[in-house]
Amino acid sequence: MIVEARSIAKTYPGGVEALRDVSIAFPEGQLSTLLGPSGCGKTTLLKIIAGLVPPDAGEVRVKGRKVQGPGPERAFVFQDFALLPWASVLRNVAFGLELRGLPRAEREAIARRYIAEVGLEGFEERHPNELSGGMKQRVGLARALAVDAGIILMDEPFSSVDEQTRRKFQEDLLALLRHHSKTVIFVTHSIEEAAYLSDQIVLLSARPGTVSRIVRPAVDRSRSPDEIRRERNYLDTVDDIWATLRQYV
Amino acid sequence: MARTSDAAGRLGWPLASFVLFFGLWELAGRWPVSAAFPPFSQTALGLWQMLADGSLGKAYWLTLQPLALGIVLCGLAGIGFGIGMGLSRGIEWLSLPVFIILQAAPMAAIIPLITYVYGIGLTSKVLAVVMLAAPVIVMNSYKGIRNTNPSLLQMCRSFQGTRRQEVVKIVLPHAAALIFAGLRLGLAMGFIGIVIAELLITPTGIGDLITYHSSVADYPKMFAAVASIIAVAALSLHALERLERRLFP
Repeated sequence: MIVEARSIAKTYPGGVEALRDVSIAFPEGQLSTLLGPSGCGKTTLLKIIAGLVPPDAGEVRVKGRKVQGPGPERAFVFQDFALLPWASVLRNVAFGLELRGLPRAEREAIARRYIAEVGLEGFEERHPNELSGGMKQRVGLARALAVDAGIILMDEPFSSVDEQTRRKFQEDLLALLRHHSKTVIFVTHSIEEAAYLSDQIVLLSARPGTVSRIVRPAVDRSRSPDEIRRERNYLDTVDDIWATLRQYV
Repeated sequence: MARTSDAAGRLGWPLASFVLFFGLWELAGRWPVSAAFPPFSQTALGLWQMLADGSLGKAYWLTLQPLALGIVLCGLAGIGFGIGMGLSRGIEWLSLPVFIILQAAPMAAIIPLITYVYGIGLTSKVLAVVMLAAPVIVMNSYKGIRNTNPSLLQMCRSFQGTRRQEVVKIVLPHAAALIFAGLRLGLAMGFIGIVIAELLITPTGIGDLITYHSSVADYPKMFAAVASIIAVAALSLHALERLERRLFP
């Protein structure tokens, strides 16, 4: 278990209880999704794991060590991309390395490699306002990959991306993450997305968020994306999850 | 064809609007609307005479000095203050009320009070400019700092950026456009301040030209002085606006 959340609780100022006694273990090298109705605290949980938000109770352990704040072994991909609007794609992708004080030539060489990996070659000098939503999120992903963190935390990365781009992006993401053997924790509200991407799906109940169930879809990932989407196990998983979640909607 | 008519449109329409405006002014002056309202041709002649005898040049030398001094002072201290207020809760708590009151106060009523303390020299004029220009410059800088996209700050923290990096690499570049816009609005207020000061407290410079020619009933020259300060203000603001668009597209 590379990441462990133990009895996490969080109440926002104003008395909104977001999370209650949440304990989850995330296995190394696998993709886990946090899935639940909107407002169930899944983004809050992800930010607690990232060290961006402190929990009121409980703790997060990464490789056995307690999390006190953000760390170099975790990288975050933001729902709204969080790109610097005044900086080029190249500088945005290299920004994590820039903050670490890497010399310019070195960090740009690394950034160029990841820009190519996410399929944005030729866009290095463009600015975020010249890119589509899907391309912006590829920049966000490249930035997270460039700092070479073992754990990637993704907060609804496809929610502001249109459906066709989303499918292509999901396929690319799976290929990329398998290639780099990253541990991924992924927040989404799309059941299909969770069933398609995940090794482990954590279903959270409605506010306050608690762990309702953990599903491990038996989807054969060696098959092609189109085959997976027609596979019996994939379709069963989607139905199964919906049966659990509909009580919270 | 479309290109040439574009160029003609860019130059032609403003030119046509000037011709129409000055033409109507000429007609209204000849009608006459009032004995104190000279036609455009006489006003232009008055302007030429004041240019030729050097009185206009001397007046602008006296008027633009305190204006420039005041704006530079505000630019340095005001922007610094606004940034300080944006970054530190303590400075904000201490000084935000002062600037809110200054922004709301009817300055024309307060400016004569300056003379009781500082007399009728350069100091008073500079102070009048500062009093009008400072609030908008400070408030814009402050808002620019405060309106930093929180998601960008979180991004910086997630990649272990320090507070210093956060300010230098995110907060200040993010605020730059708004700070510059504040400087431009400050200059507009500065023009109001300097003319009020010259009309109300120290009869020198362009304010003196207006008062003097109105008292000896030389209306063409009075109107020429008024029109010239309007033109100078409009042109310098336009120049700053163009610079702004170049710097922050």
